[in-house]
Amino acid sequence: MTKIDTSRPEAVLPTPSHTVGPFYGYALPFRGGEDIAPLGHPDTVTVHGYILDGEGNPLPDAFVELWGADPDGNVSTTDGSMRRDPASGEHLGRNGVEFTGWGRIQTDADGHWYARTLRPGARGHSAPYISVCVFARGLLVHLFTRVYLPGDEAALAADPLLARLDEARRDTLIAKDEGNSTYRFDIRLQGEGETVFLEFQ
Amino acid sequence: MTLTQHDIDQEIAAEHAAYEKRVADGAPVEHHPRRDYAPYRSSILRHPQQPPITIDVTKDPELVELHSPAFGERDITGIDNDLTRQHTGEPVGERITVSGRLLDRDGRPVRGQLIEIWQANSAGRYAHQREQHDAPLDPNFTGVGRTITDAEGRYHFTTIQPGPYPWRNHLNAWRPAHIHFSMFGRAFTQRLVTQMYFPSDPLFPYDPIIQSVTDDAARQRLVATYDHSLSVPEFSMGYQWDIVLDGPHATWIEEGR
Repeated sequence: MTKIDTSRPEAVLPTPSHTVGPFYGYALPFRGGEDIAPLGHPDTVTVHGYILDGEGNPLPDAFVELWGADPDGNVSTTDGSMRRDPASGEHLGRNGVEFTGWGRIQTDADGHWYARTLRPGARGHSAPYISVCVFARGLLVHLFTRVYLPGDEAALAADPLLARLDEARRDTLIAKDEGNSTYRFDIRLQGEGETVFLEFQ
Repeated sequence: MTLTQHDIDQEIAAEHAAYEKRVADGAPVEHHPRRDYAPYRSSILRHPQQPPITIDVTKDPELVELHSPAFGERDITGIDNDLTRQHTGEPVGERITVSGRLLDRDGRPVRGQLIEIWQANSAGRYAHQREQHDAPLDPNFTGVGRTITDAEGRYHFTTIQPGPYPWRNHLNAWRPAHIHFSMFGRAFTQRLVTQMYFPSDPLFPYDPIIQSVTDDAARQRLVATYDHSLSVPEFSMGYQWDIVLDGPHATWIEEGR
């Protein structure tokens, strides 16, 4: 079953998802995963928050991946997010110059994560947002959501996704402005204030 | 009350029967687990209760999720796909080679994308500080690998057969031997993290994680095929495991990479 016959389209069926489990920590996180913005870039924003379960307890064993456009709305095609040192095999980190648009950040023991990235520009019909993918022990299929940054109410009002949501649910996708280009975005996996999660078709 | 394997077996059987009935009643085949799968206890407080909001990607080709992060040669080193060569000595255990193709739902190869793996050592112990069960660490094995798929979407890893290991979902819970895989596609929507299993593992019926895939055919797609032609003489046992990424992608975008 695991040699896929690509000459028969009906035989090309998806490989099922599984949880990342609890022990990805020595494999997936990498140095500088949270520092997506080039060093000293004036459009840098800090996005941070907690990941919470159905009882409001933070998850110390989760990670997020952020994927967003640059301030002009362009999607990066640059690699180098997890550059390696060919001599030692260790992670070198990013070069601090290029913007790859992507980062991976695990929660700390308090269930908190942060990232410094560039303020995204608008693309297509959408208000500017950063795509987020959540992984955790106990989560059998990852979850997609979006961080919209507050400020441009007209753009947010015109966003096709936000327009489909009632106000309480809509607010789960809009980060809180804490000043100094810092934005709070908590992710509630379940229950009261549950974050809006997305499915793409 | 201690939760026993028998309790979990009954829950697994009930979930399986409920799925079979849904399909018999006309519901679509489910290729992925449901996030609320109670036999896997950690899922109980960590799954959304609201249905996801569906985004029709054909209405806006500019969605950032229709693009994928890029990875390249500087993100890996030359021996990252050989987990047996990352230390000064040889790891203990049965050497294996795992290879296959990374495909999309159209059967097209996904080229130049990142695959990451991690696994327990031959004794079933992860090199993770929170993992303290009574099995030896191997100073010559960390259990982390990475590769970039080639022009035909192929990948290749040399590693050690991982051991099964106990966990605390219920009394006497054991995970079947597996390798964790993480994949990127042509679009972020195709992101996949999963686990690859080995043929005929006697632990399959008892494990609520593999059984969370309630569709029998879908579950089989998580099991690699032993292929004698892939075994390397006097070196390794060979397994093939093709991976098919789900999720829409922008078919009209020329492959620029």
